[in-house]
Amino acid sequence: MIKVDEKGFYGKFGGAYIPEMLHPNIEELRENYEQIVATDEFQKEFKSLLKDYVGRPTPLYFAERMSQKYGAKIYFKREDLCHTGAHKVNNTVGQIILAKKLGKKRIIAETGAGQHGVATATVCALMGMDCTIYMGALDIQRQRPNVERMKILGAKVVPATSGSQTLKDATNEAMRQWINNPVDTHYIIGSVVGPHPYPEMVARFQSVISEEIKWQLKEKEGTENPDLVIACVGGGSNAAGTFYHYYNVPQVRLIAAEAAGLGISSGKSAATTVLGTPGVLHGSKTLLMQTEDGQVVEPHSISAGLDYPGIGPVHAHLFDIGRAEFVAVEDEDAMKAGIELSRMEGIIPAIETAHAIHALNMIEYRKDDIIVINLSGRGDKDLDTYIKWGGY
Amino acid sequence: MNRIHTLFQNKKERVLSIYFTAGFPELEDTLPVMQAIQNAGADIIEIGVPYSDPIADGPTIQDSNMIALENGMSLKKLFEQLNTMRESISIPVVIMGYLNPIIQYGMEAFCKKCQELGIDGLILPDLPVQQYLEEYQELFEKYGLANTFLISPQTSEKRILEIDQNSDGFIYMVSSHSITGAKSGISEEQIVYFKRVKDMNLKNPRLIGFGISDSETFTKASTYSNGAIIGSAFIKVIKDSKNLAEDIKNYIQSVIQ
Repeated sequence: MIKVDEKGFYGKFGGAYIPEMLHPNIEELRENYEQIVATDEFQKEFKSLLKDYVGRPTPLYFAERMSQKYGAKIYFKREDLCHTGAHKVNNTVGQIILAKKLGKKRIIAETGAGQHGVATATVCALMGMDCTIYMGALDIQRQRPNVERMKILGAKVVPATSGSQTLKDATNEAMRQWINNPVDTHYIIGSVVGPHPYPEMVARFQSVISEEIKWQLKEKEGTENPDLVIACVGGGSNAAGTFYHYYNVPQVRLIAAEAAGLGISSGKSAATTVLGTPGVLHGSKTLLMQTEDGQVVEPHSISAGLDYPGIGPVHAHLFDIGRAEFVAVEDEDAMKAGIELSRMEGIIPAIETAHAIHALNMIEYRKDDIIVINLSGRGDKDLDTYIKWGGY
Repeated sequence: MNRIHTLFQNKKERVLSIYFTAGFPELEDTLPVMQAIQNAGADIIEIGVPYSDPIADGPTIQDSNMIALENGMSLKKLFEQLNTMRESISIPVVIMGYLNPIIQYGMEAFCKKCQELGIDGLILPDLPVQQYLEEYQELFEKYGLANTFLISPQTSEKRILEIDQNSDGFIYMVSSHSITGAKSGISEEQIVYFKRVKDMNLKNPRLIGFGISDSETFTKASTYSNGAIIGSAFIKVIKDSKNLAEDIKNYIQSVIQ
């Protein structure tokens, strides 16, 4: 049974390894979130916003041409059609309602590709809450359109200039700012990382993805269970949402696509399950890319959203017990898969998502297997990267 | 007997603990900095183990961590440097470090090495009380290492009592809602918090840290506790120092005068 335990662990991974200064914040959240989320009032508001504001349910689309090419029944879960262009908003809607119920006045968040930052700035605008987004200085350069979107939405974007100047450093900075503002501020973490209860809470808000896949597939194929589900993993929020209702359905294979960057042994990679060892980062014990001395290694991926040296503790656990299969997709292959999806189905995916598409070439499956790929985000934000790459 | 316990038995007020980052400003400065801290009259040396992701630290200590890592500092290197430490250092020495590098070294190997070298205590800011009790308390005790926990203005009375119960050595009172080096001066609100904790009559001595930088803040903090810890302000002193021994002596003596 895959389930978080009372102390916040999935098997060996998880927990809440945080400085004492954050203990009251985390405790407040842990004590209140389950109770608040369980109320009819919360569920009503959450569901109503997901429907009318986010645009759920997102379609489960049968991709005929791709199916023919790969000899399987391929469905795309169209999270790219969510308001703001990616699955990230499912979680920010949930957390902003929670923050309001906790009486918080200010929101802070970290962002990598900028999708979570945009999704956070969006719900803050919706609720009239003050919003500050921490973003690695390097990511600010390579995700310019999202930076401007956040600013248009009224958020303050603060560059994280320490370390590798990417997602991990933005997360460090957001945690520091939470320490500095513990009372009136809620920290909306965007992935299934961080101290307990964040990984489980974010996974629950994202679990609407697999909840919908189940009934949508039932309508189309007469079964709730595909043979495989595929999702990309940086921290792992879209994968957690896609896997959630299948964790404990053993006949459904769970495939996670990590970013191999320039190649596993190139020194420029973000393939955590291949290169990582157990360690503690951002408040939880998980698999982590690090040196022998326990210093966190700066990861690389062409996609800013997968450029993270760890994975959520639930994914470390799924890997550890062999429940999920992990593949590592190189930059070049992901870019080509993005073009393939564009040309064959008329959908330009986010580069993160393109990693999940390429996984089709790296795994074995039976003819006519039903495969659901989570199309976590659209490629608008990545046009600069596509243009720079130029291979189309 | 552990040197921390002896210290607090003999000295109940104006105890000064100085934090610095190992291997900073130069790799081989670790021991000379410790000697200078001792010679200048401080009571406790707190050696910071540099880490790539120090989430409780502000820019000053972040920078010193980055520079120390670039210099080639690691736990292994630090232990080499401390091999002959007790030939010249007689005051209590505490290691402060984030959990991950220590886990990679191996917690038991780490504790054993600390004992061999004459380290008296540990401050691991991201080791929560519960995890300490479940996984590490026995090890720390086996190797005679006093464990210090942090408390902040947000820490509930109930939790302070729990921390007091499970602390050994001293309690590290974080002076405000803040990371290291973020605020300077001491406000009325902070004094209310200092008094509140003082009146709890805890069994462990208390040192106040974060925002302590000079004689005035040191004296103010010491009024409501057994003393204070200086980190960021000290790092600034040694950062561009041309004469470490002299600058450290002048700075520390200006604080404790």
